[in-house]
Amino acid sequence: MSSTHASGGRRLAAAAPALGLVPFLLFIGIFLVVPTVTVVATSFQGADGGLTLDNIRALGSEAALTTLWHSIILAGSTAIIGGALGALLAWLVVSAGPTSRLRRVTLAVSGVLAQFGGVPLAFAFIATLGFSGVLTEALRSWPGVDIWGGGWLFGLKGLIVVYCYFQIPLMVLVFVPALDGLRVQWREAAVNLGASRWQYWRHVAVPLLTPAFLGSVLLLFANAFAAYATAAVLVSQGNPITPLLIRSALTSEVLLGQANLGFALALEMIVVVAVVMTLYALLLRRTSRWMR
Amino acid sequence: MTTAAPDTSTERGVAVHLQDLTRTYGATRALDGLDLSIEPGELVALLGPSGCGKTTALRILAGLDVATSGQVLVGGRDLTRVPANKRDMGMVFQAYSLFPHLTVADNVAFGLRLRRTSTSARRARALEMLELVGLGQHASRYAAELSGGQQQRVALARALAIEPSVLLLDEPLSALDAKVRVQLRDEIRRIQLEVGTTTLFVTHDQEEALAVADRVGVMNAGRLEQIAPPVDLYERPATPFVAEFVGLHNKVAATVSGGTATVLGASVPVIDGSITSGAGVAMVRPESVSVSASPTGTASVVSVGFLGPISRVHVQTEAGDALMAQLPSALAVGLAPQDRVDVSIAGTPVLVVAG
Ligand SMILES: Nc1ncnc2c1ncn2[C@@H]1O[C@H](COP(=O)(O)OP(=O)(O)O)[C@@H](O)[C@H]1O
Ligand SMILES: [Mg+2]
Repeated sequence: MSSTHASGGRRLAAAAPALGLVPFLLFIGIFLVVPTVTVVATSFQGADGGLTLDNIRALGSEAALTTLWHSIILAGSTAIIGGALGALLAWLVVSAGPTSRLRRVTLAVSGVLAQFGGVPLAFAFIATLGFSGVLTEALRSWPGVDIWGGGWLFGLKGLIVVYCYFQIPLMVLVFVPALDGLRVQWREAAVNLGASRWQYWRHVAVPLLTPAFLGSVLLLFANAFAAYATAAVLVSQGNPITPLLIRSALTSEVLLGQANLGFALALEMIVVVAVVMTLYALLLRRTSRWMR
Repeated sequence: MTTAAPDTSTERGVAVHLQDLTRTYGATRALDGLDLSIEPGELVALLGPSGCGKTTALRILAGLDVATSGQVLVGGRDLTRVPANKRDMGMVFQAYSLFPHLTVADNVAFGLRLRRTSTSARRARALEMLELVGLGQHASRYAAELSGGQQQRVALARALAIEPSVLLLDEPLSALDAKVRVQLRDEIRRIQLEVGTTTLFVTHDQEEALAVADRVGVMNAGRLEQIAPPVDLYERPATPFVAEFVGLHNKVAATVSGGTATVLGASVPVIDGSITSGAGVAMVRPESVSVSASPTGTASVVSVGFLGPISRVHVQTEAGDALMAQLPSALAVGLAPQDRVDVSIAGTPVLVVAG
């Protein structure tokens, strides 16, 4: 009797750490597994509910491919621009010292902008530079210049500019900790062994920061690739990027018969992000021995 | 830039002079007129409590910090204004200074790579240095894969690989556990004697300083209080501060006349630096005090601390002195608080200072 009790207790004790995982697994299940499975399954369903490859085939249409290409251009270019400028800004902030006002202010502002930078800025854009924006109107009346120019700012180019307003702050937020992680002893040891400032950067700082930098740029890529709200506010004509195309696929009557194209597009996005994650994992594998 | 590698077997290091170094940080005087000379090939330990300026002195010698005033001379050259990366010194930091993205061998070869030594030559030199510190088989590991003690060995190998004119160690053992600390300390001394590099070793640990150094400099508030070979420092501390720092924890009332002091009823010789006559305070080592149980004793036991082979007995004399005695545990057996004891001191010379 007592032995069964004991072993029962032991079994419970052994299960306790696993029990702690339950909320986590539940969370993952509800917010990750179920939506993903739904997306995958629905992608292969026709309007009648039967199995079909039509949705997937539609991804190969010129319109869908162009949109995907635009999405990749937008995410790629803002990841690179945001990554470079953000890293530079992060470096300035860290150089100013751990208790500097520059650091506190920049990090606080970045925290807000990285989350909410896009939408308010898009509104500001429209209000100033839109077809009937303040500046557009003013310049149109005098000296008679049309900066609206067919609305170039409200297509892909405009998105690139606006996205940078949250990509740069996000880069600052994720890259400052990496710079903080550079120990003073590493610089001093390098200098002591004869390194010039340039040699320290080339042989120590840059190699040490590269994994974090590339990781951050990939994060920025995924962030911009999946961003929706900013584009939804700014773009009024057409669907230049995939998230907007998904919106119209899900809401439009025009695309009747391809009711599930939106799911196929979502699947396409999942695949792109998965490719990016795989690249990141490969990168980490190269450095993981010294990164612990 | 490449200089011909000096033959370490004939060139046994260079002389170092720190002259009247002052360093202020705002209102803090980290160094306050520090003078220190190190002979060629000598190992000097700078000993002192935390915050007394040891690190600052070492960093100024390395060029990583700049003196507010004063001079740094190495091998007759004035290096005061020479940047750190041109000083040709090897430094070992307290901990975590290895480059994490480089293997052990590449860490050790780092300085040679900067000097454009050929790949094969620096590989050979790195392995030679790793053999010297006993880590030849770990050349292709990363810092994260080594213990703290091994990391410090690699740091030492890295500092020595460039054949530095001066070797600088800033509390290199303080992050290690006691056993490794003693081992590595002895090894640092062996290696230093082997390569013959002039060395400055900073520590707050009295035992460590006495064990490794040719001479120990005791620092207090940004100045050197005394510098002397370990035995001299131990036996003839020049100031109360030094005396206390090298373990003379007991302060006992004494009277001096004619070169002898009367302490606890015994006559003992006084050392240089003592007062020459009158009443004062003798500084006495716990090992020099002995106690023995006696019903008619003039002191009583306050507490007994057992430390394995030795025990520490705190006593209070009728004259009002609180003393600590350190004696073999066998002699302390049976002593308990409140026991009456006789207290006596050994006849070794003592420092007596004005009370
Ligand atoms: N960068 C610095 N800024 C301000 N004060 C400093 C700085 N470095 C050292 N100090 C001060 O100078 C004094 C000596 O410091 P340090 O040389 O590090 O002492 P030690 O190595 O003997 O513990 C301390 O009071 C310390 O607070
Ligand atoms: Mg220090």
